[in-house]
Amino acid sequence: MKHTISVLVENRFGVLSRVAGLFSGRGFNIESLTVAETEDAAVSRMTIVTRGEDRIIEQINKQLNKLIDVIKVVDVTAEEHVERELLLVKLNAEEKNRAEILRMVEIFRGKIVDVSAKSYTVEISGGDRKIEAFIEMVRPLGMQEMARSGKIALPRATGAPAPKAKKPKSGG
Amino acid sequence: MKLKGAQIVVESLIAEGVDTIFGFPGGAVLPLYDALYGAKLKHILVRHEQGAAHMADGYARATGRCGVALVTSGPGATNTVTGIATAYMDSIPMVVLTGQVPVGLIGNDAFQEADIVGITRPCTKHSYLVRDVNDLARTIKEAFYIATTGKPGPVLIDLPKDVLNATAEFEYPKTVSLRSYNPTVEGHPAQVKRAFETMKQAKQPVLYIGGGMILANASAELVKFAKKTRMPVTTTLMAMGAHPTREELFLGMLGMHGTYAANMAMHECDVMVCLGARFDDRVTGRLDAFAKNCTVIHVDIDPTSIGKNVVAHIPVVADLLDVMKKLNALAEKDATDWDDKHRPWLTRLAEWKSLYPLRYEKSEAGIIKPQFVVEQAWEAAKGRNPIWTTEVGQAQMWAAQFLQFDGPRTFLSSGGLGTMGYGLPAAIGAQAAFPGRLVVNIAGDGSIQMNIQEVITAVQYGLPVKTVILNNGVLGMVHQWQELFHGKRYSNSEFQMNPDFVKLAEAYGAVGMRITREADVRPALEEAYKVNKPVLMDFVVEKEEKVFPMVPAGGTVKEMMLL
Repeated sequence: MKHTISVLVENRFGVLSRVAGLFSGRGFNIESLTVAETEDAAVSRMTIVTRGEDRIIEQINKQLNKLIDVIKVVDVTAEEHVERELLLVKLNAEEKNRAEILRMVEIFRGKIVDVSAKSYTVEISGGDRKIEAFIEMVRPLGMQEMARSGKIALPRATGAPAPKAKKPKSGG
Repeated sequence: MKLKGAQIVVESLIAEGVDTIFGFPGGAVLPLYDALYGAKLKHILVRHEQGAAHMADGYARATGRCGVALVTSGPGATNTVTGIATAYMDSIPMVVLTGQVPVGLIGNDAFQEADIVGITRPCTKHSYLVRDVNDLARTIKEAFYIATTGKPGPVLIDLPKDVLNATAEFEYPKTVSLRSYNPTVEGHPAQVKRAFETMKQAKQPVLYIGGGMILANASAELVKFAKKTRMPVTTTLMAMGAHPTREELFLGMLGMHGTYAANMAMHECDVMVCLGARFDDRVTGRLDAFAKNCTVIHVDIDPTSIGKNVVAHIPVVADLLDVMKKLNALAEKDATDWDDKHRPWLTRLAEWKSLYPLRYEKSEAGIIKPQFVVEQAWEAAKGRNPIWTTEVGQAQMWAAQFLQFDGPRTFLSSGGLGTMGYGLPAAIGAQAAFPGRLVVNIAGDGSIQMNIQEVITAVQYGLPVKTVILNNGVLGMVHQWQELFHGKRYSNSEFQMNPDFVKLAEAYGAVGMRITREADVRPALEEAYKVNKPVLMDFVVEKEEKVFPMVPAGGTVKEMMLL
């Protein structure tokens, strides 16, 4: 099953390679990984999308916690959460396509962020399904290139207390 | 007080209570070697940096304190990688200081530059590249703290030359504050109670002990607990010495070359109490046939060890010393008649022990059996409080099977990584820590040659380590597998040539002996133990001898090959 794991790490030299190396060294898969500073400049948040059975996900969680530079690990999949991904896609914008592109962009609440004689670059953000649906819809129009940011996520704040993620303690 | 970076390193090591370091100088660490000149730190000059890492490791295993190695950048650093990986796999506390090219040159493919932090990332507990001299003292404090707490392990500190030459205000920090590292120490009382209650219900329990018991300095608590609860004990290779071996409750080592009784106990038990072990493949064999009919209690300081290979019904993440004390406190207050409860089980185990003890066929025609040499090495060492080290392979297994142990930190062996070339430098490290004790390395003719250059180090520093070479002229374990599983096609496992170990020893200024007759084994050992010099004993032993019992890799206890 697919899991989105949010990892707070010390914003230090080499942390990304420790995390990435952990995944490759132990044969865990990474579907996407994003990393950037948080509200605290000394802390970065990595959002990792991975796939595996429960036992593997448990190991990923524990192994991440074992890294000295990792402050906190939350498997947001298990919580109410918001997740978003950003897509930039450069589409063929020939005369006959342009109207259709504009219509799709409007339906998907995207934006055209760059225009040339032969192409429109579109920005769309949303969850996996929206991004994938958009890609499916515009693919036949002719896609020149595309870039996806990978997913970022935050737990929802609705009533429920923030998830208490900490290093695993003893106990069942 | 303003000090140069190099002096800060030396003062920090002294502040950490380090008395001996093992190293080899070079360009990038010259400032540090300059600061060592006349410093109150004993430095042992090795002949190869791998030796330095293993010596620091042997020192750490024998003493329980953090070992320290110091090497230069580039090849000096890369030569320590095997030693670091060895320590990492066996959770040995160690700090490795490596030189690095000046900060401005990093990444430029400078002379003797290697990205050693990158190279060792998967085999260190943590690592640092110090870019600012003002961070140096704090980094060293953190490194020692991380190396020695929680699940111990090697920590590497990379020291650029210009950082060693820069100056900074020095005050060694008294405390460490790391928001991202807080190893769990105390066992959850309710969970420990649950574990204890489960043991109380057991009719056929077994205590499966790993190296964590020794690392946690909890062996005495284990002995007390086993005695009180009358539970049988089996240990992994890493835990040899955690429980005295010549006792009724001790079943021997378990796993691939473990005893029949130990492996059967693991197979037939109703409650398996795993204390500081990690269900390594050499212990479990085929996982889907392992521990299927028992309740598993698993205590480990490392959460990743729990549930990794075998499901733990009662997991406890904690320091074993704390858990053992809690278990002993519970047992103290408890009225269970353990002996009565376990009597039928202990009787069965005793039968297995006497039916299938560790044994070997006595020698014919006076050819020396390697197991006999190991037995005699132990007999001759009685009363001398020996520390044993091993190389890796058949000799290592025979050492684990045929030596006897009375206490922890007396058997130093590369269990996880299985590093040939470990035994001699580890012995030197242990001897440096305990100059007055008898330190014996059980080696094969293959593995001794992997770090034989360190004989001269032992001679130079007057460290009288004894090496027992079980010389069968082949890479014994490889040979054994080729015989059993590869149709006797002995591909590259037979040495057509070996050096003359006696002359070699003598060339280094050590004592060399060659023993070819069984009758000479004991006298040679007695003599070697008496002489206050390093000794290489070349025992010419039976070539075809195999290590039994053996559970084939990925097999089950049902496929155990007995002699």
